[in-house]
Amino acid sequence: MFDNLTNRFSDVFRQISGKGKIREQDLDEVLRDVRMALLEADVNVGVAGNLLRRVRERALGSEVQQSLTPGQQIIKVVNEELIQTLGSDTAELAKPTKPPLIISMVGLQGSGKTTSAGKLAKQLKDAGKRPILVAADLQRPAAIEQLIVLGERVGVPVYSEQKSKPARLVKAALKEADRMGNDVVIIDTAGRLQIDKELMDELADVSKVAQPDETLLVVDAMTGQVAVDVAQGFLDRIRVTGIVMSKLDGDARGGAAISVREVTGCPIKFAGVGEGLDQFEVFHPERMASRILGMGDVLTLIEKAETAFDEEEAERTAEKMARNEFDLDDFLDQMSKLRKMGPLKQLLGMIPGASAALAGADVDEADLSRVEAIIRSMTAAERSNPNLIDKSRKQRIARGSGSTTQAVTALLKQFGQAKQMMSAVMSGGAMPSLEALQNPGAFGGGVATKQRPVQTGPVRGQNRVKGKKKKKK
Amino acid sequence: MNTGEILGVVVASVLLLIVVGVFFIRRPGREETSLVVDRPAPAVSLSSRLAKTRNALSGRLSGLFGGPLNDAFWDQLEETLIAADIGPVTSARIVDQVKASKPVDGQAARTSLRDEMVAGLTGPDRSFHMTTRPSVILVVGVNGTGKTTSIAKLARRLQHEEKRVVLGAADTFRAGAIDQLRMWADRLGVEFVDAETGADPASVAYRAIERARATDADVVIVDTAGRLHNNKNLMEQLAKVVRVLEREAGEIDNVMLVVDATTGQNGIVQAEAFVGVAPVNGIILTKMDGTAKGGVVAAIEHETGVPVRFIGVGESMDDLVPFEPAAFVDALLD
Ligand SMILES: Nc1nc2c(ncn2[C@@H]2O[C@H](COP(=O)(O)OP(=O)(O)OP(=O)(O)O)[C@@H](O)[C@H]2O)c(=O)[nH]1
Ligand SMILES: [Mg+2]
Repeated sequence: MFDNLTNRFSDVFRQISGKGKIREQDLDEVLRDVRMALLEADVNVGVAGNLLRRVRERALGSEVQQSLTPGQQIIKVVNEELIQTLGSDTAELAKPTKPPLIISMVGLQGSGKTTSAGKLAKQLKDAGKRPILVAADLQRPAAIEQLIVLGERVGVPVYSEQKSKPARLVKAALKEADRMGNDVVIIDTAGRLQIDKELMDELADVSKVAQPDETLLVVDAMTGQVAVDVAQGFLDRIRVTGIVMSKLDGDARGGAAISVREVTGCPIKFAGVGEGLDQFEVFHPERMASRILGMGDVLTLIEKAETAFDEEEAERTAEKMARNEFDLDDFLDQMSKLRKMGPLKQLLGMIPGASAALAGADVDEADLSRVEAIIRSMTAAERSNPNLIDKSRKQRIARGSGSTTQAVTALLKQFGQAKQMMSAVMSGGAMPSLEALQNPGAFGGGVATKQRPVQTGPVRGQNRVKGKKKKKK
Repeated sequence: MNTGEILGVVVASVLLLIVVGVFFIRRPGREETSLVVDRPAPAVSLSSRLAKTRNALSGRLSGLFGGPLNDAFWDQLEETLIAADIGPVTSARIVDQVKASKPVDGQAARTSLRDEMVAGLTGPDRSFHMTTRPSVILVVGVNGTGKTTSIAKLARRLQHEEKRVVLGAADTFRAGAIDQLRMWADRLGVEFVDAETGADPASVAYRAIERARATDADVVIVDTAGRLHNNKNLMEQLAKVVRVLEREAGEIDNVMLVVDATTGQNGIVQAEAFVGVAPVNGIILTKMDGTAKGGVVAAIEHETGVPVRFIGVGESMDDLVPFEPAAFVDALLD
């Protein structure tokens, strides 16, 4: 994880000499990295090009903010541009002049239409509406059964006919909705390829009959470059009014969101974040932007950090770490400063990949307080030399902090490992890999994302590599 | 997670934040705290021609190979590869390899590119394994990639080879998943091992093997629920299915990872994660009838060594064909 982070940050946090205005050459350096980040995140290569051009126009010659380096300033502009492209997060469903509100779910096979239809039905029902689901996927085996089960689970009626044509079925469903007084009709259509003429004709027919107020294109967050073609293909045949990004609970960076937004201009109205029917959220452009770029939020973190720590202190801490003298007192001290910056979870969320690497562990403030309590139950001598802590001392500490000896052991073990790690890192000059900071046994499983080793060679050598690279241009 | 583990996470998290904070705050003007990390070659070689901006690709490679071998040519070649989901790093590597072959003209470049890519793809093994009886095929992948449909297609192929097949509905999670597989089993006329929604997938897998033994079938194909590879619990559940199948059959002859051709770079992490919990030895690349090129499998093969064995080219049970690297690459460069 940190490997990626540092790679992406390499130029951003390198000393780009001088303050003042952003220059062409700063832009070249940073945007090169940004482009890589966007492409790795699956932003369409053409869309990425457009975006970078806009960034260039905005950033060139602009003033560098006091607390930032030129590189960081550029990233800030990139982040803003991404957020702008992704749109505002207040996108709401259309309000038809006369009910019912008709919503049609469309997209490729397997993108998540049916599940999203169920989630939307639940959300609207919970908001006091009376939705009806329409099973218009007559293509995939058991698609109707799937929707019926979802309807049962959320307590929403499902209109279905086994043998019919989708357009005819939808017409009948609308009549039924009218009869039953449903104020929302959600149509689940079959998945189709945007180049499948026959099925696209069929979809156009359905749209003609249904006259939906909302046509939501469901896009899988893992989608690659083709997102642009797909969006364009649907747009060519029907009026799309909004996007649903599905499977955002995965670890895909989700660049398709940018691609689809750029092509359709439609707002991203919802985000699917799990298989549960309530795992459906409004879309947050800021979060998505930093997820795609993998750096945006770090700027916020820097700003926050700058209010909590000062440079001299950071320097002292780094030296202590390098000399392997960072003790539990220091830890306690820094931790209380961190807590002033905001909830730990939120802070971690600003580091790209951190929560994923921590196996999605839910760390709440109470856990922090427990760690604090354990350390505070140690004597000053114990805090500066944890090796002193034997079994009986552990028992005393556990009693004093209202915890268990296992917890004390786990804490000390983790701290010991991390300390070693930090010392290596701080004397080496590269960022640590989070994996190494973790107690390898603590998270079980071999599921964690694979990481390439972080190289910890001397920095000067690395700068030479960079130097060579520049000459090549 | 027990108390100790949670505290471990807290300590790791806090230290992480401290380290990050320290790094960033010490930043200004100090060369020795620079975050520059020594990178392997690809990124370095990329530098010479990046940060160019241009309009959305049009026409891609059409005509490209007829033109001169200038910077624009190499840029566009690289973009074509990226547009096929090969990924920026791999694309750069491939372009460098082609450059290194010093082609004299566009046609030579194309040949070199094609050879390079085909060579990169040809895995060691593309055949079906049948070492046990019943022989087990386990089908895994993230949500909606085409696992269940691919199972119908695999069963169809095996029927053509005169094999008797049993399908096991071990996706007991997704609504309608059991019905979906049952409908395919009915259409194909093969044995079907039913399950209750919410039943333990491993026990369904076990029953499927039992049924195959009882009916003297040749092959058992076990469907599994789609799962995101970063979902620890679901991946553990899959590991359990694998354990049961291995215990019962001795070996799982074929573990097929189903990858959707529309998948971008996340496909690599997906594959790595699935390979980590199941002895994946083949990839089925689905939805190749669309406009997606499926280039991410090049990186997947490169990273995991697992070969693509079949591609899915439609929604019916006959739409499965063996993977042909040369044809795949040609389609990709189209
Ligand atoms: N065009 C096309 N569609 C396909 C292909 N393979 C599967 N599909 C479609 O993709 C959709 C999802 O396929 P499923 O087989 O249900 O996928 P799955 O992986 O079993 O899905 P879950 O069990 O929900 O995770 C269905 O509509 C299939 O018809 C293919 O090769 N081409
Ligand atoms: Mg399935």
